[in-house]
Amino acid sequence: MNALPETGIGAPVRRREDFRFLTGRGNYTDDINRPGQLHAWIVRSPHAHATIDAIDKAPALASPGVVAVYTGADMVKAGVGSLPCGWLIHSRDGTPMIEPPHIPLSPERVRHVGDQVAVVIAETRQQARDGAERLAITYSELPAVISMPDAVKPGAPLVWDQVPQNSCYDWEFGDKAAVDKAFQEAHHIARLELVNNRLVPNAMEPRAAIGDFDRGTGEYTLYTTSQNPHVIRLLMGAYVLNIPESKLRVVAPDVGGGFGSKIFHYAEEAIVTWAAGKLHRAVKWTADRSESFMSDAHGRDHVTTVELALDKDGKFLALHEHTLANMGAYLSTFSTCIPTILHSTLLAGVYTTPAIYAEVRAVFTNTVPVDAYRGAGRPETTFLLERIVDVAADEMGIDPAELRRRNFIPTDAFPYQTPVALQYDSGDYFTTLDMALKEADYAGFEARRAEAARRGVYRGIGISTYIEACGIAPSQVVGALGGRAGLYESAEVRVHPTGSVTVFTGTHSHGQGHETTFAQLVSDLLQVPMESVEIVHGDTNKVAFGMGTYGSRSLAVGGMAIMKAVEKVVNKGKKIAAHLLEASEADIEYKDGKFQVAGTDKSKAFGEIALTAYVPHNYPMETLEPGLDESAFYDPKNFTFPSGTHICEVEVDPDTGVTTIVNFVAADDFGRIINPMIVDGQVHGGIAQGVGQALLEGCIYDEKSGQILTGSYMDYCMPRADDLLNFKVSTHNVPAVDNALGVKGCGEAGAIGSPPAVINAIVDALSSLGVRHVEMPATPLKVWQIIQDKRAAKAA
Amino acid sequence: MYDFAYHKPASVADAVALLAGADDGKLVAGGMTLLPTLKQRLAQPSDLIDLGGVSGLSGIRREGDALVIGAMTTHGAVAASAEVKAAIPGLAELAGLIGDPQVRNRGTLGGSICNNDPAADYPGALVALGATVTTNQRTIPAEEFFTGMFETALEEGEIAQSVSFPIPEKSAYTKFRNPASRYAIVGAYVARTAAGVRVAITGAGPTVFRWKEAEAALSANFAPSAVEGLKAPATNLNSDIHASAEYRAHLVMVMTKRAVAEIA
Ligand SMILES: Cc1cc2nc3c(=O)[nH]c(=O)nc-3n(C[C@H](O)[C@H](O)[C@H](O)COP(=O)(O)OP(=O)(O)OC[C@H]3O[C@@H](n4cnc5c(N)ncnc54)[C@H](O)[C@@H]3O)c2cc1C
Repeated sequence: MNALPETGIGAPVRRREDFRFLTGRGNYTDDINRPGQLHAWIVRSPHAHATIDAIDKAPALASPGVVAVYTGADMVKAGVGSLPCGWLIHSRDGTPMIEPPHIPLSPERVRHVGDQVAVVIAETRQQARDGAERLAITYSELPAVISMPDAVKPGAPLVWDQVPQNSCYDWEFGDKAAVDKAFQEAHHIARLELVNNRLVPNAMEPRAAIGDFDRGTGEYTLYTTSQNPHVIRLLMGAYVLNIPESKLRVVAPDVGGGFGSKIFHYAEEAIVTWAAGKLHRAVKWTADRSESFMSDAHGRDHVTTVELALDKDGKFLALHEHTLANMGAYLSTFSTCIPTILHSTLLAGVYTTPAIYAEVRAVFTNTVPVDAYRGAGRPETTFLLERIVDVAADEMGIDPAELRRRNFIPTDAFPYQTPVALQYDSGDYFTTLDMALKEADYAGFEARRAEAARRGVYRGIGISTYIEACGIAPSQVVGALGGRAGLYESAEVRVHPTGSVTVFTGTHSHGQGHETTFAQLVSDLLQVPMESVEIVHGDTNKVAFGMGTYGSRSLAVGGMAIMKAVEKVVNKGKKIAAHLLEASEADIEYKDGKFQVAGTDKSKAFGEIALTAYVPHNYPMETLEPGLDESAFYDPKNFTFPSGTHICEVEVDPDTGVTTIVNFVAADDFGRIINPMIVDGQVHGGIAQGVGQALLEGCIYDEKSGQILTGSYMDYCMPRADDLLNFKVSTHNVPAVDNALGVKGCGEAGAIGSPPAVINAIVDALSSLGVRHVEMPATPLKVWQIIQDKRAAKAA
Repeated sequence: MYDFAYHKPASVADAVALLAGADDGKLVAGGMTLLPTLKQRLAQPSDLIDLGGVSGLSGIRREGDALVIGAMTTHGAVAASAEVKAAIPGLAELAGLIGDPQVRNRGTLGGSICNNDPAADYPGALVALGATVTTNQRTIPAEEFFTGMFETALEEGEIAQSVSFPIPEKSAYTKFRNPASRYAIVGAYVARTAAGVRVAITGAGPTVFRWKEAEAALSANFAPSAVEGLKAPATNLNSDIHASAEYRAHLVMVMTKRAVAEIA
């Protein structure tokens, strides 16, 4: 049926952006240089918590090349506002969360190692750095609080004087009475305490920002490494610097990875823009890797207790979660909704659990702010759910695959209303589970375990059946839940006189391959060659508006906006064609790139209609405007719900504690797929990050000094190719019901589904020793220690 | 990086003269350790004296019962050398386990041993094989060369020129990598030589050391089981977020056992 089988929907088209990226022709923020540009060096706090007693700028200002030095006091005096938080959460007593101010340069007090204290601006980067070394700052150290369990103890040092017990909010969600009752009547209760480890996002491209100011027009421009330039324009313009949108352009050019960390409005963006306005020269800042570790918002960092109540057959009766969620020292843009709205609303998972109750307390500590990171709240949910299901299976002597099956939402039960607000539109958890079990040869596992035992190693297999809520999000739902923005998307489809097409999208591509996928989509919808479709994103002066890319929303929300705009183009084309063909508009159908009078061979090609729209010599001018350029906003009806099964098989070497992944299978439901190769790539990358969280990555702080002990790649372990193996990925796609494209999103699934599969496999491997849980990352040291302890306990 | 004067002498004598004439001169070989230190502004040498232009400092040749490897020979060259693979395969394997391809193509034998990072690999080979380091002034036995954490016997103005490795009957190196940095948490180099069995441990302590207990046990019975029951003392071993001293002590045994198994 598809006239464009090579490039249309479903074709594994090679990414058209890759030539640019792989041959060094990308245009990243740091590649941009403005005439007369100055360079900024941010002076950061060496202390976790201290008062700033004095700053002597004179020696820095006297340093060669230094043009200006600004501090927090200068910003406050100039009326610079606070970096805003985008989501209001209310505590269980009805009080709003406590939102301390976040001035881009901290006046008076520093609250984490790496906190911005001052900026030194000079002719060159080296001179700025030299000047920064000469800036004389006097601090008085204050007691710091690093670990969350410590932070909530009475008498703990306070990160903010106005925040008692460091508690930003104390939120509850769900039906406590129903859960209490179910727990009283339960046959079995499984209980687990676990930590979801703090991660550093580590995008390949460090953050960078250039502020520019045109004295002639009074217009500001910010070039920045952002996943959502319009949101940055809105937040920085309206809340921080008081610049109207009409005088502020934000450009997010090629961006080398974000994983969530480039969603947020960061201090440095405001600092360079503000400084450019004061100095009338462009000001550039690029983070070095050490700065990234201490200034990019971190991810995860939950301390959780989870309890699951079951009846005698293993049916889930109720679930209770209690979580401490680390906010770090300041509220980053979306920090407050991650452990609540994006987390607890998913506690049903793929199961029919009828009663659910969550208690989440957000905690300030003297650490880097924590915010969304690939999966954002949903990996945390999936980890606690899939771990407690395995614990319950083990305790009740039920096979973990069977226990899951007994509790799956039946395939004929959709739409399915969960007890935690979300309504799932579609899914088929049984099929993806069966596919994965078969591919992983689950049935043959015990023989492999026995063979491994003969070699002296422990072998284990772990299942994770995950679901996530993507396509963020229906604006009215978001508003009711405390979101301070709408989460629709916009698109403009501009057909040029000769029939080529430029598509403007409010989403942003920083590794996702939108320039390819969206071009495929439009080419397929319009039945025009893919080469004639260009995708534009990342510039507020080109794209009317947009909410950006995160939460696996670009295709499900942004793609739908594009589809709506395409429909408008086609509808207008029909009117033009009807005029040219002297037919009734109702009789015109659009097919294979042609406007045709139904049932006749009379037609006009897409290009002819485009030309007519721009050269309207013969045109229904009284009823139709010339031109062929349509825009649309699309607000989703619902989230989308990708789901699937990940199965991991590991071997643990008791001599060294090393875990080796020997097999990894993923069977996913992503709804309709536009480009299967890009989907595979997203899944592979996601699993790599999930394996990173499970085995390798963890941000460790010195609990006393608040220094990051894993502040470089010498100590922070990123997954590398040789840590991984060839994943076996497949899909069983049930089209989404609530969007016309039927798409669900695939960007985060790998990172959401995989960590519990890995940990379940390790726990299974060590089950004969009586191991119930292993915290992430399951490093060789940690695993070896557990084996030693268990063996010693057995021997005793 | 702070500014510095850059020199590229053509001879060892010129390099020595430049060093002597500089306020705070520093030799640079592959730069794999020195340059990151400079970029982080942790050092501020007045002059960098690049050994890259000095002739005769790199290359691998056989001299009687020894392999002589020039100080400026890269890890990559050692790993790929047919001569090394034939004479001391364990040494070629060790060089191939250092860092990543970029590091191996820049980093040098001389740079590695003169830096004497406690987690570096080469010191294990030098000590186990009973190598000697030739400088512009003298010859230093490996065991006297590595004096402490990041410390060597080199005097001011002394330049390592080559290392002479006596060819063992058999030898092997096993390495437990730091998962993040890929340096050695523990590396065990086991050599069977005419003079007896030698076991050198790198990564575990402040500097490379010989594990004499294992040498004795292996001299009596060269088999993995001979070290199985031994326990390296955890006192004086390094401890960090990746490995406690206890764990390192255990890994010393496991890595030694595995190296023996490779040979036996
Ligand atoms: C990412 C990375 C990973 C690494 N992984 C490993 C690993 O797994 N195992 C390992 O062992 N090493 C590892 N290294 C270290 C690397 O392999 C080099 O051996 C090391 O950096 C030093 O060698 P170089 O030639 O680069 O010396 P340089 O950095 O140039 O010099 C190091 C020091 O030695 C001095 N010096 C150099 N040559 C001489 C000489 N001939 N005489 C006197 N002094 C001299 C210099 O003045 C300087 O003080 C790693 C390095 C990096 C960057």
